Amino acid sequence: MPKKIENVGCPYCGVCCDDLVVTVSDDGRKVLEVENACAIGNEIFQHASSEGRISLPRLRQPDGTYKDISYDEAVDYAARVLIKAKKPLIFGFGSTNCEGMAAAAKVAEKAGAVLDNCASICHGSSFLAIFDNGYPSCTLGETKNRADVIVYWGSNPAHAHPRHMSRYSIFPRGFFTGKGHKGRKIIVIDPRYTDTARVADIYVQVKQGQDYDLFNAFRTVIRGEDIPDEVAGVKKEQILQVAEILKKARFGTIFYGMGLCHSDGRNHNVDIAISMTRDLNDFTKWTIMAMRGHYNIAGPGVVWAWTTGYPYCIDMSKKDRAYMNPGETSSVDLAMRDEVDAFFNVGTDAGAHFPIEAVKHLKKHPWITIDPNICMASEISDLHIPVGIVGVEVPGIVYRMDNVPIQYRQVLNPPDGVISDEELFERIHQRISEIEAEEGITQTSAAAAGTQTSFVGE
Amino acid sequence: MKTVTLTLNKQPELYLECNDITPDAFAGKTPAEIAAIEIWEGKQKIPLGDFFTVEGSAGATPAETKIVVAGDCTRVKRIGQQMTDGEIVIESDVDMYIGGWMKGGTIHVKGNADSFCGIGMEGGELIIDGDAGHHVGAAPRGEWRGMKGGVIRIGGNVGNDTATFINGGTIVIGGDADIHISTHGEGGTVIVKGNAKGRVGGQMVKGEIYVFGTIENPLPGFKKIETVERDVEGVQAQFDHFIGDLGERHPKSKGQPVYAHLYVKA
Repeated sequence: MPKKIENVGCPYCGVCCDDLVVTVSDDGRKVLEVENACAIGNEIFQHASSEGRISLPRLRQPDGTYKDISYDEAVDYAARVLIKAKKPLIFGFGSTNCEGMAAAAKVAEKAGAVLDNCASICHGSSFLAIFDNGYPSCTLGETKNRADVIVYWGSNPAHAHPRHMSRYSIFPRGFFTGKGHKGRKIIVIDPRYTDTARVADIYVQVKQGQDYDLFNAFRTVIRGEDIPDEVAGVKKEQILQVAEILKKARFGTIFYGMGLCHSDGRNHNVDIAISMTRDLNDFTKWTIMAMRGHYNIAGPGVVWAWTTGYPYCIDMSKKDRAYMNPGETSSVDLAMRDEVDAFFNVGTDAGAHFPIEAVKHLKKHPWITIDPNICMASEISDLHIPVGIVGVEVPGIVYRMDNVPIQYRQVLNPPDGVISDEELFERIHQRISEIEAEEGITQTSAAAAGTQTSFVGE
Repeated sequence: MKTVTLTLNKQPELYLECNDITPDAFAGKTPAEIAAIEIWEGKQKIPLGDFFTVEGSAGATPAETKIVVAGDCTRVKRIGQQMTDGEIVIESDVDMYIGGWMKGGTIHVKGNADSFCGIGMEGGELIIDGDAGHHVGAAPRGEWRGMKGGVIRIGGNVGNDTATFINGGTIVIGGDADIHISTHGEGGTVIVKGNAKGRVGGQMVKGEIYVFGTIENPLPGFKKIETVERDVEGVQAQFDHFIGDLGERHPKSKGQPVYAHLYVKA
């Protein structure tokens, strides 16, 4: 008898839809149906019970092929790589649970590694802006129940967060927003006329890379000062029109995405967006929110800020202190500058997402991928360790894009023998302690003493 | 003044972090004691003598100590960090954080410097003959009280984010500057002798910027009020005087709002 599981969280995007209904076969091995999810979320559940899942770690052989090894051997290999490296980099965590992230932070601290998450190539610039300028934000529930003006700036939820508009921003009827879509004004600001822009009441076409200038113009007119006839490709009349709508809102939320975080200026674009949000609070209530990508990419920011003091790009190579400075301690910069000598790719695909030059630099050293799936990173790794898929096979806490924690469920059993990220990192931590005790080495002298293991790819 | 000469005699596999190459750390030490000072390569602590030959001797105090660093220092970070007095001369290109958080004394780099040189600077003089990377004289991440004093002179071009959150002191750039100069500035002076790309003085509250060349994308929040004659860095010229950032908050002094001032050579 197939089993219907309700209120399941979706392990795809930062919207973290928690209203999925998943039907699984009676042996708990196969997903039969997924209700309420978008096409991408649906696919993640279907993929879990697809053919060809990896169920054992695979070690690269001298002839270039992979050979299956046991988890014990994989854990030992990973521990020795971490001990030997002068500055290992542990990166990823877009798609795992907070329990796994906390365990990885323990390993990074013990190994003197740099610990970084996908925010480094995504919303990391938001963190920098938030450090500098605060974060007048809210929860998605507040937006749903109160907001009558919504701004999407440099983000395209129609494609990246498929149910964001229907669950929280444009269409839902909330406590003070009973008219739903009809009671809301939607403003989309983007260089491209995106599918999100199609549902907007006002579309503002900003010149690419000049968002900062446009924010500056908005702030200037909001303070009652004059601006030139055209700023960043936008006419003064339209800037004045939008500024009036912003000032007259009852409650507004600015949702922004990679258009701000990854065009020229990065953190400064977000910074001035925050300044504008603050300015608007002189008139009415305005809030701002980062459109975080993966379902738990807000997680490492929360968990590591709590355990190490920093949300990402955390250099723990000095053991007694953590240090963070993106530009130096950020993964791509470390790779491009040849500043690390071992790489752990965890729950992400650096092979696909990093610049090819960065990948080439990282490939000079041991590269270990920890991920349930075969991906570009797993195919160029020296070691690939499969783990259970969080939200499908492994339960745990995840943080939604508005930093609200949600308990995710297990709906399937993982393939026989496959362990979770948390268990894997706990075992690596344990193994590092054992090796250090056996060989009588202190952590900082490990590399100098030359813990003797030769690694494929060296 | 006594001189210690350090010569880098082999290249590290990663990068060396040498925050103790300062007159403060060297003063009163023998060459053997200096060679025993610990530097870092990743998580390893290594005696300075493993990578550098140490010649000459240090003075009794930082003020009486000069350090000359020879050899190719492109992979050496943090020289002169937090120094309070004395002198450092670096003969080659050098990596990040040169003169970071420095409080006094002089650093002279004869080549280029990478990013974050002079961040969080409080005093002293940092001279770089070549180009510098990003974040010259900027505030460290999350710090809203940036450069407080001192002088930075860059001979060539700089990257972006120069003088973010600057509060005091002077930065002179011989060449061009990329985007973001004195963003969030609350004081101090930045002089760009070449061109600036854009976002000059964004979110700036107080302070001064001089641009001798052109600004490719001037911000809408700056308003021209007059043309004035000024003597800047020994050059007498006409400058268009702008006030701003009109989108940012501005304190009042004697009932009048205080603005940041941008001067662009007319």
